[in-house]
Amino acid sequence: MLWVLRDHLDMPGTKYGCGIAQCGACTVHLNGTAVRSCQLPISAVGKEAITTIEGLSATGDHPVQKAWLEHDVAQCGYCQSGQMMSAASLLKTNPKPTDEDIDLAMSGNICRCGTYLRIKEAIKSAAKEGTSSSTRK
Amino acid sequence: MNTPKITHNRRSFLKASLLTGGGMMLSVSWLSSAKAADKLQALNVPEQWAQLNGYIHITAGNGIKLICPNPEFGQNVMTSLPMMVAEELDVDWKNVVVEMGPHDNAKLGPQFTGGSNSVRMYWKPLREAGAAARQMLCEAAAQAWGVPVAEVTTKAGVLQHASGKSATYGEMASKAATLPVPKGMKLKDPKDFTIIRKPKKNVEGQKIVTGKPLFGLDYRVDGMLIAMIQHPPAFGMKLKSFDASQTIKMPGIKDVFTLKLYEDGFEQAGFDTRTFNDLLVVVGKTTWEVMNARKKLKVEWEPAGDTKDTMMGRNGKREVTVPGGLETTTAQLEKMAEWAKKPAQQLRKDGDPETAFKNAAQIIERTYNAPFLAHNTMEPMNFFAHVTPEKALVAGPLQAPGWAEPALSKRLGLPADKIEIQMTRMGGGFGRRAYCHYMTEAALISQKVKAPVKLIYSREDDMTYGIYRPMYTATYRAALDANKNLIGFHVKGGGIPEHAIHANRFPAGAVDNYLAEGWEIPSNITIGAFRAPRSNFNAAAEQSFLDEVAEAMGKDPIEFRLELLKRAKENPVGKNNEYDADRYAGVLNLVRDKSGWNKPGNEKYHRGVAAYFCHNSYAAHVVDMVTKEGSPYVERVFSAMDCGIVVNPESATNMVQGAVVDGIGNAFYGALTHKNGAAEQSNFNNYRLIRHNEAPKKIEVHFVENDLDPTGLGEPPFPPVFGAVANALYKTTGKRQYNQPFKPQLDKRI
Repeated sequence: MLWVLRDHLDMPGTKYGCGIAQCGACTVHLNGTAVRSCQLPISAVGKEAITTIEGLSATGDHPVQKAWLEHDVAQCGYCQSGQMMSAASLLKTNPKPTDEDIDLAMSGNICRCGTYLRIKEAIKSAAKEGTSSSTRK
Repeated sequence: MNTPKITHNRRSFLKASLLTGGGMMLSVSWLSSAKAADKLQALNVPEQWAQLNGYIHITAGNGIKLICPNPEFGQNVMTSLPMMVAEELDVDWKNVVVEMGPHDNAKLGPQFTGGSNSVRMYWKPLREAGAAARQMLCEAAAQAWGVPVAEVTTKAGVLQHASGKSATYGEMASKAATLPVPKGMKLKDPKDFTIIRKPKKNVEGQKIVTGKPLFGLDYRVDGMLIAMIQHPPAFGMKLKSFDASQTIKMPGIKDVFTLKLYEDGFEQAGFDTRTFNDLLVVVGKTTWEVMNARKKLKVEWEPAGDTKDTMMGRNGKREVTVPGGLETTTAQLEKMAEWAKKPAQQLRKDGDPETAFKNAAQIIERTYNAPFLAHNTMEPMNFFAHVTPEKALVAGPLQAPGWAEPALSKRLGLPADKIEIQMTRMGGGFGRRAYCHYMTEAALISQKVKAPVKLIYSREDDMTYGIYRPMYTATYRAALDANKNLIGFHVKGGGIPEHAIHANRFPAGAVDNYLAEGWEIPSNITIGAFRAPRSNFNAAAEQSFLDEVAEAMGKDPIEFRLELLKRAKENPVGKNNEYDADRYAGVLNLVRDKSGWNKPGNEKYHRGVAAYFCHNSYAAHVVDMVTKEGSPYVERVFSAMDCGIVVNPESATNMVQGAVVDGIGNAFYGALTHKNGAAEQSNFNNYRLIRHNEAPKKIEVHFVENDLDPTGLGEPPFPPVFGAVANALYKTTGKRQYNQPFKPQLDKRI
């Protein structure tokens, strides 16, 4: 799925980081739930909905995106679309996550720049604002 | 500064491509044109840019575009450097758009991101560029209005005169651009700053959170092919023969061939380091196809034996022998222990250290070791290239286009003016992308297949064929007299293939009898700069050692360091001491104050402190450790920095927090080991990086306030984290840690 998104559909927001589901840079939503697109065979998708960072919101104003800007989270920014997709998925099922909930849900997403503290703060801000459930097929 | 001229930008192209919904058209030349698209649309500016100098472009509609000269790898130069221009230009930051500049050293300066130097080296030139452009705009208005230039004032992009006349910069920009460039501009007093020192958000934030194509790996053009390189399975090996008959039959595969990165006798400059020279290349239509087809290669490898490299340095040409052989970490450690006993090169000597140690009542001697580290930038190495007989376009993530271009030019046989290097946003750098052999590799592949090509390293390629942080060791000795005074200090450092010793750094200058020595073991494992080269090991070893010496002397670790610094300030020993003792003491005092060191209320924590000076800035950390689920965990960190004026406090704080997290991660887990030349770690399943649940809950960052010219922040906060973690571990576990990474050592204990 990762390379279909990137090479065939020209949607480069979903990133290649490891290819073995260890870093989370390629995280997308399958029916609203975070999955690693590098491990997702196209044949397994069928008619299910895939949402990428490009489709998280139409205008970049998903609560998670707004919170990421508010907290100026990114350094290099490469891992952040995966981080945001994991965060959005977490907030959908758990609108008021505790620190421990966030650690658990986000520990599959690596950030070499070390922006974890800001990510956590951003998730808490987004939780305050409430999540939207915009999913684009 | 160059003669101003009017340039025509590609907004017509941009508009058309935006109307068609972006995508392919934008991606053709997105780097030079798409950056500012959204804001420019909103500003509704005409198509003429008046270029007042390389950094400043203004439209008649008062659109202000500032050009960032240095490539961005997350240190936020795309925001902080233009802030410096805007400060003197006197424009409203809200109306500024920022664009990454082309590679043009004549117009945009040195353009290298590294050595924590971006803000430092551009501090004066960028403010001067802003001030000169502002003066030219004033002059244009003065001429138009028939008033003396001294009577024209500016306010946030508007020119004014007491008579009531006023004009936007945009209205005067075309005329201003034809005026001579003034020199020797008076720059603002720091107390008058309105943009510098005010927190500003990342100018590319919106693009990052919406997944726009920013990185090298995102770069694409129509008809672009994908290339991957099959490297030898181990350092010390080379290609013998290959059978690509199965590979070439795979879907989408265009070609399989070998090429030499450098020809025999190629004169390498300092940053032309590469892992392997004989490249086996697979080219195909898509990444997935090439990845799969590469697995079908049947390759025979053979020992490379000793090889020769021709290096061009400051002292001219020299031949360097790269030893053959397949290296193994355990054997390397044994060899280092052996070499540590041999005589070494003397790097600095003050007083009479031999006698001091002979007369000592107590000698403390400790040896520290640290492994190779892989950079593990989240975006693996990659580069785009389109080479034709007449010219070359290359685009991708690199830290120093000016350093990489000569090798590219020589290998392609194209003069520099026929080569265009575009700098994409880098998905991390940490020193790795200062060695841009992968750009030349991509270009040679494009030249061979006569098509635009993107070369991609898989994560495994990136990790196992890196330009690593070297393997280091150092033995520290302290001589105490009967009254527990420090009378002698000796450090002897070694490494594969370089030692880490900075002989003129603290505590040199603070101890009467001082000796620093170094030795090096050559290797075929490639090494290079890694976030705060050498310092990242020194600060771990030396700051752990000083902690232990302070304890033996019965002193508080901060108080002990401050006493040494007082001595270094008041009565320095020797010459060429690199650090400013006052500023060094300043960060220690600040972190002591902010962390409540030795104050009640912190009993929950095992505390470790460390401080270090490198890359012209000063850093100190107090690390607060607890035991979580049976393992030591850094829950809280206090950081104090002195980097002079803090240009953008928002990103500066982010940078320090990130360096602390990165430091904790590498101290606990970072290691690349080898067996028979092959890396034993190849991906994030067996190379541990720090994760969310292991990051501190809180990192409080404080800056020493002064008006000194700014220095760097990318590297300086990183090294002392290792020492502070080691010292906190001692408090937590009762055991000193001498070997990095710490986590396996701790697990052994249990």
